[in-house]
Amino acid sequence: MSLLALEALEVAYGGIRAVKGIDLAVESGELVCLIGANGAGKTTTLRAVTGLVPAAGGRVLYDGADISRLRVHEIARRGLALVPEGRGVFPQLTIEENLAMGAYARSERSAVRADEERVYGLFPRLKERRRQTAGTLSGGEQQMLAMARALMSRPRLLALDEPSMGLAPIMVEKVFEVIRAIAAEGVTLLLVEQNARLALETSHRGYVLEGGLVTLQGEARALLGDPRVREAYLGE
Amino acid sequence: MGFPHDMLSGLRRDPRAKWVGVVLVAASLLALPFVLAMAGTAWVRITNLAVLYALLSLGLNIVVGFAGLLDLGYIAFYAVGAYTYALLASPHFDIHLPWWAILPIGAAVACTFGVLLGTPTLKLRGDYLAIVTLGFGEIIRIFLNNLSEPFNLTNGPKGIWSIDPIHVMGIDFGSTTRFAGLAFSGTIKYYYFLLVMLVVVIVVNLRLQDSRIGRAWEAIREDELAARSMGINTRNMKLLAFAMGASFGGIAGGMFSAIQGFISPESFILTESVMVLAMVVLGGMGNVWGVILGAVLLTFVPEVLRYTVAPVQKWLFGRSLIDAEVIRMLLFGLAMVVMMLVRPAGLLPSAVRKRELAVPHDER
Repeated sequence: MSLLALEALEVAYGGIRAVKGIDLAVESGELVCLIGANGAGKTTTLRAVTGLVPAAGGRVLYDGADISRLRVHEIARRGLALVPEGRGVFPQLTIEENLAMGAYARSERSAVRADEERVYGLFPRLKERRRQTAGTLSGGEQQMLAMARALMSRPRLLALDEPSMGLAPIMVEKVFEVIRAIAAEGVTLLLVEQNARLALETSHRGYVLEGGLVTLQGEARALLGDPRVREAYLGE
Repeated sequence: MGFPHDMLSGLRRDPRAKWVGVVLVAASLLALPFVLAMAGTAWVRITNLAVLYALLSLGLNIVVGFAGLLDLGYIAFYAVGAYTYALLASPHFDIHLPWWAILPIGAAVACTFGVLLGTPTLKLRGDYLAIVTLGFGEIIRIFLNNLSEPFNLTNGPKGIWSIDPIHVMGIDFGSTTRFAGLAFSGTIKYYYFLLVMLVVVIVVNLRLQDSRIGRAWEAIREDELAARSMGINTRNMKLLAFAMGASFGGIAGGMFSAIQGFISPESFILTESVMVLAMVVLGGMGNVWGVILGAVLLTFVPEVLRYTVAPVQKWLFGRSLIDAEVIRMLLFGLAMVVMMLVRPAGLLPSAVRKRELAVPHDER
């Protein structure tokens, strides 16, 4: 059974259907990416999965149960964490406080403290600045913090929305290094990304979205070699 | 050079020094009404009013300071509490329940109204929420004014009088008691009663702030969407803030009824809501001590001005140039403007609020 499975998922904003029936599966331990142009429906799909927008049709199966009618916090408590586009850190709270918020739904204190150390291991820069407010961090550091905060909830599935957006190239490299490290720890990841080459190079499998539909899917390496992908998304 | 500072921080670290401080503060608070009574009973009454406003401000602080929901109709809950007390302890219906039964009932009724207001308005934020709460405050006041027909519930603008004073263990708070050679007037007894309540409310506020609930409110204030993604049930948390704030308002209202012995809708006008909000903002939103300071200052300053404006004018110009009442509000307004310019986060800002105003926001 897949950890996450979308069955004919549809999402509409007003009368306009942004996602027109998507089938998608993420297996436990996988790193799956969703690529496509602006307006292809990538972010909308992710927002529907995490409950931020309602599904207009179809089902979202997580761990075998339909979660498409659940509210955002209920989904979050089941271990499906989202790092939203634009990061959404708490700007006036310190890094430590932000991380503590990530563990809000958890009660085991010693495990939370251990996870804090683990997360600081992944993001040494955050440890240096733990008492600084999140708003004073650079964009890349805020992205790191948002990911670290999501990890503090011990997610079974971590959904990342455009983690490279608005970052300097060197920060993009660093963010993807961390994504690989998170995947190596066994966390299942669903990655939405405009930078198709980087996303496919990092992922196990990929889906290509166009106009709210999946047009291509398969092994990430195979997609990298696909002439249609190369022409449309890799600029060749 | 560093010696006095070292000594101070050393004292602060010493737990004994802390207890000595607590005892000193407690002793001066206990002696306060007798000292004030020498200057006139009016000052004790004003002090009671200040404590009452502190109770009210601490309730509003939960809604505005902790959860970040702007409520401009908070006085409605005060009114609900006050009327609940008045109806259950006055000749109006000839019901005379004891205070320990009515205060919780008043809190519960106010809490219900808080939830009633909160449920439909939860999706609103900022200005929109402020407008709806303002309307709610007015609705309550207008109802109180008009619910004398067809069934006489509130006695309309005439209000309710002869409200029972509080009795504790056979001691009537409405009259003077002699004890250990001291005359405890009703006003002084109420002062001690209010002081005990204030301590309880302070403890509740401080505990709330450091609890999981407090953290959830902090997250909601910062970024509601992100808070939800952290697994926080934002709807329930916001409702809880409304309900708790309203309950405190209801209890304060009940005390107001008992102390005054007479209430009418006039006591619950919009200006009162604004005043309480001003206390919270001026003192320092989210900081319990700041809020109390704000309440005490905003209660005392207008009163002090009332007694000093005319004599000072006489002394300066030989006669009274401007009417005391006019100049009082003028100075009051001026003080508020200056305060907001000099200390925008309040007199004693909360740690997070201080950051919000000090840190330049990034260009996000």
